Amino acid sequence: MRSLVPVLTIVAGIIGFWLLAVIPMNMHLVADQAQRDGVEVTPSTPAERQELSGIALSFANPDLIPATYSFKRPRLPSPQQVAVEMYDTIIDKRITSKRSLVYHGWVTLAPTLLGFAIGTGMGVLLAVGIVYSRVMDRSVMPWAIVSQTIPILALAPMIIVVLGSMGVQGLFPKSIIAAYLSFFPVVVGMVKGLRSPDAMQLDLLRTYNASKSQGFWSLRLPASTPYLFASLKIGISASLVGTIVAELPTGARAGFGARMLVGDQYGQPLVSWAALFAAALTAAGLVALFGLIERFTLRRMGMQAA
Amino acid sequence: MMMVIAAFIVWALGWWVNVRLANGAASDNTAIKILIPAIFGLTVLVVWELLVRALEINPVILPAPSSVIERLATAGPILWADFRQTILKGALSGYVIGAFAAFGVAVIADRSDFLTRGILPVGSFMAALPIVGTAPIFVKWLGSDWESKAAVVAVMVFFPILVNTVAGLKDTTGMQRDLMRTYGAGYWGSLFKLRLPAAMPFIFNGLKIGTTLALIGAIVAEFFGSPTVGMGFRISTSFGQLALDLVWAEIFVAAVAGSAFYGLMTLIEKRITFWHPSQR
Repeated sequence: MRSLVPVLTIVAGIIGFWLLAVIPMNMHLVADQAQRDGVEVTPSTPAERQELSGIALSFANPDLIPATYSFKRPRLPSPQQVAVEMYDTIIDKRITSKRSLVYHGWVTLAPTLLGFAIGTGMGVLLAVGIVYSRVMDRSVMPWAIVSQTIPILALAPMIIVVLGSMGVQGLFPKSIIAAYLSFFPVVVGMVKGLRSPDAMQLDLLRTYNASKSQGFWSLRLPASTPYLFASLKIGISASLVGTIVAELPTGARAGFGARMLVGDQYGQPLVSWAALFAAALTAAGLVALFGLIERFTLRRMGMQAA
Repeated sequence: MMMVIAAFIVWALGWWVNVRLANGAASDNTAIKILIPAIFGLTVLVVWELLVRALEINPVILPAPSSVIERLATAGPILWADFRQTILKGALSGYVIGAFAAFGVAVIADRSDFLTRGILPVGSFMAALPIVGTAPIFVKWLGSDWESKAAVVAVMVFFPILVNTVAGLKDTTGMQRDLMRTYGAGYWGSLFKLRLPAAMPFIFNGLKIGTTLALIGAIVAEFFGSPTVGMGFRISTSFGQLALDLVWAEIFVAAVAGSAFYGLMTLIEKRITFWHPSQR
């Protein structure tokens, strides 16, 4: 709570900067439009205006400034335009409508969640294998780490097309990418977590004559929970980014990625911006959700959330 | 059929050798530690090659490693041009711009406790958002050449580096800062002599996260428009021509470049933060 005021200040600063930037970014377009509507603009020819920067042009035509905030096809939409567009497409539209962002959001969210579940499950299993098998640790773990440095995301569109050519379409191809991206953070985090009990705790279990599985269920697994949640929070946002990128250049017709592309191609920047912000909100919501679950779980387990 | 059986034998053999090596007496040797994953990687490649040939998998779906290697050898000039466009021009310049910007903002924010407390949550929040989605916007603003890719990369790497630097600059104890004060060090003196060095492990953490993001940003941004050169451009067009071996060759280059970039950062980190417990 102590940081609420500073955070709000920073956010206000960012929005303030955005509001200021709208004027010079859109000035050239607005000036051109105003001239076509018969309004006096200084300087009077488009060529002369191109010479000037957006800022200089704004000073030359202060009366045009309000128009930069309500321009139909802005280079940089104003915050209120984005907010109105989001309100229109999220709350005002029926969620079954093809123009509703809730509909597109679900198209993106469903493969994200499915993929995330698959990736997390596989990641935990592989982590258990790595912790208990020396061979797997030595042979797979280095590749798991190297694979983190590879821009896997660049593969996403390709995987979609390859699977499409094999007749696999719809939810599943996107889920694979989401799964892949959440897989490695979970593996790395879980290995670290399962190894986090120290020698003294392991020795204690040995004095209790605990079996291997008892050691796993009552010591290693609980000890790994904080690490697992840290990985889950990274994994879920990576999954969402993966799904969005998978939608981008593959001709997807629905989903956040498709909306960004449609807005870009048909000259409707507001559509792109609304989709971008909706995607950001979704990511933030998912991370916050896992943060809440983390706090609740760790408190129930008697640990402090990090 | 023979080759499928051969693939299984190769797999079993590789695994058996690794089991022997990993459970053997010398398993903690550095050479063995490198050998085991190398054998694993090699087995995967051989099994891949054998299975692709045995099952006659269409090269449009999955090309054999040998044809990718062939492509790597023959398509050298194309790969080099793409590498220069995407990685040297787009990713690297964006990375440098983003890193310096983040660094500058962190040092400014560090002067006030109020700003630090505001920037840390906002920054880590922004770092989790799908920033790569801004690519079409930047391509529209800055044109399709490398400048727009550099901008996407700069924004993507900005937040992780910012958050880590701000957190790192806080990572000194009151006693250390008091000591600097007794030495008569002013703000800048203690910044350069104490707090920046202490922040280095954090800063490198951010820089290392940024290396992967930089490559992703530069390649993905090229899907939205690029001159007729670049790795993202090549990947998407080679696809249209079903030249999957070239796509895989590009991915191989990206993987090597990504690992090298990460490795370089780790190396610099080792030289600079040699004093840190994790390096000793």
